[in-house]
Amino acid sequence: MKVLVAVKRVIDYNVKVRVKPDNSGVDLANVKMAMNPFCEIAVEEAVRLKEKGVASEIVVVSIGPKAAQEQIRTALALGADRGIHVETDEEVQSLEAAKLLKAIVEKEEPKLVILGKQSIDSDNNQTGQMLAALTGMAQGTFASEVVVDGEKVNVTREVDGGLMTVSLNLPAVVTTDLRLNEPRYASLPNIMKAKKKPLDATTPADLGVDMAHRLETVKVEAPAARKAGIKVEDVAQLVDKLKNEAKVI
Amino acid sequence: MSILVFAEHDNSSLKQATLSVLAAAKEIGGDIDVLVAGENCGAVAEQAAKAEGVNKVLVADNAAYGHNLGENLGELVAEVGNGYSHILAAAGTTGKDFMPRVAALLDVAQVSDIMGVVDADTFVRPIYAGNAIATVKSKDSTKVITVRPTGFDPVAGEGGSASVENLDVVKDAGISSFVSEELAKSDRPDLASASIVISGGRGMQNGENFKMLEQVADLLGAAVGASRAAVDAGFVPNDMQVGQTGKIVAPQLYVAVGISGAIQHLAGMGDSKVIVAINKDEEAPIFQVADYGLVADLFEAVPQLEEELKKVL
Ligand SMILES: Cc1cc2nc3c(=O)[nH]c(=O)nc-3n(C[C@H](O)[C@H](O)[C@H](O)COP(=O)(O)OP(=O)(O)OC[C@H]3O[C@@H](n4cnc5c(N)ncnc54)[C@H](O)[C@@H]3O)c2cc1C
Ligand SMILES: Nc1ncnc2c1ncn2[C@@H]1O[C@H](COP(=O)(O)O)[C@@H](O)[C@H]1O
Repeated sequence: MKVLVAVKRVIDYNVKVRVKPDNSGVDLANVKMAMNPFCEIAVEEAVRLKEKGVASEIVVVSIGPKAAQEQIRTALALGADRGIHVETDEEVQSLEAAKLLKAIVEKEEPKLVILGKQSIDSDNNQTGQMLAALTGMAQGTFASEVVVDGEKVNVTREVDGGLMTVSLNLPAVVTTDLRLNEPRYASLPNIMKAKKKPLDATTPADLGVDMAHRLETVKVEAPAARKAGIKVEDVAQLVDKLKNEAKVI
Repeated sequence: MSILVFAEHDNSSLKQATLSVLAAAKEIGGDIDVLVAGENCGAVAEQAAKAEGVNKVLVADNAAYGHNLGENLGELVAEVGNGYSHILAAAGTTGKDFMPRVAALLDVAQVSDIMGVVDADTFVRPIYAGNAIATVKSKDSTKVITVRPTGFDPVAGEGGSASVENLDVVKDAGISSFVSEELAKSDRPDLASASIVISGGRGMQNGENFKMLEQVADLLGAAVGASRAAVDAGFVPNDMQVGQTGKIVAPQLYVAVGISGAIQHLAGMGDSKVIVAINKDEEAPIFQVADYGLVADLFEAVPQLEEELKKVL
């Protein structure tokens, strides 16, 4: 079966972001960019399904500026077969991403679509669920285990109370959580091979998707800083402070 | 303005988070209806009717809603919610699962995880793991919003007397089914709403050692949480993870034990009133946010903490 994976180019998770002085957003100039960590987990899961003989082809999609092709190449080096780049220099909001992915799903007709549960920049946690609704597919969100079984897939989900397993008809959408797998690193020979794998480019206009934003960012500010605390000498002093100064116990 | 609030519950009692969502609805202003969708959830509807500020409780009681399947809830809430100016749910795993479906079905954007209300169209939410705070304005006629419960003080759960109305809308998409669940059982308070939380990280070394934290938690009436590293290593289950991509907590007192203080962890507990850190590395970033830092080996400090607490409590 064909598996489609959506990967997003985001700021590297190790970078401490800084808000721009004019409060229009965060400063992304000269900042290290990378594949969204949850998308790395999505790619890894697809590759494992292929290694198990469950997946036959892995198609990876990214929506974003030209530079997003770097993340597609990374996914190809990790084992995806083919890439699709939806090129746009505009901000891509989740509803728009879901509509673009829907257009690609209609063309490619994958049996399984794997996305990250959340982008670490917008922290939206929306796109997979929106794509599932737009295409009428079932969804297994926050997955920690994915087992394809004939025309169904069983997904174990990380939920507030613990774990929940659902059975979904295929085609279906899965969004990854942290415990689904541990992504591998791309080897040098595979990075070289990835350069020759096919990568098609398209645009939102080609796909017929309206990119008029529904949400407008009014301003972006730095969070309120906590005032510096103190170091206590020992446990007795800690307990005394908690009881008599902070009065929280 | 008319607001539909989705009630979070386990078919027998209303979750505290719903009272915080109602507080957010109150800030937006307008008539507030509550939707209780579940299976044999009559007791929840009665409870919701008593919550402060509720106009009407709508009940969709059907097996299709028994396990919070996103496909079914999405269709239900999109139909019932169509026509309201706002649809709100808590930003827990249930709301995060089905609300984007509602938004997509209504062809509107979703505003995730709001921690503040500026006006009926404009909301405040954290981005980049809370390292930036965005103010966003929605141009959609129906606003689909998930609410971070720690951002809003809960309304009173008693005193109201809303009417209760049964809906006979059955939305069973028929494409997903519930198989099983493994729910954590604990006599301790719920992590997300506890007033004291004590969390352990990689420094705990194994799951067995979390018993030390549990003993302290039981003295304080606290919940026990964890860092991602402790969950990934299998010390404790996933539902204990605090952070950007886990649970958001803002207790009166948060005690971080053997946790370094990565931004992703701080994103989940940085709004706690008082933060205590116990770490043997005085350079650990957690000390930059801690009100009281103790540089010590946790294997000595935690048992001492238990003894000292026994003296004063
Ligand atoms: C996409 C993504 C999402 C993430 N989401 C989350 C999230 O939601 N929540 C989260 O917590 N993390 C999250 N992380 C992980 C985060 O980046 C850190 O890796 C993690 O928080 C580290 O956990 P830790 O502090 O327990 O471990 P470490 O960073 O290894 O720190 C262990 C600490 O224990 C101390 N220690 C060791 N032994 C002792 C001792 N005997 N006595 C006292 N102190 C001791 C050490 O000095 C050290 O400071 C996420 C990461 C990514 C990429
Ligand atoms: N611009 C994009 N290009 C490709 N995939 C995306 C894009 N935006 C979101 N996604 C996918 O949707 C997931 C969740 O994103 P979000 O809803 O923005 O938190 C990501 O992990 C990706 O798998």
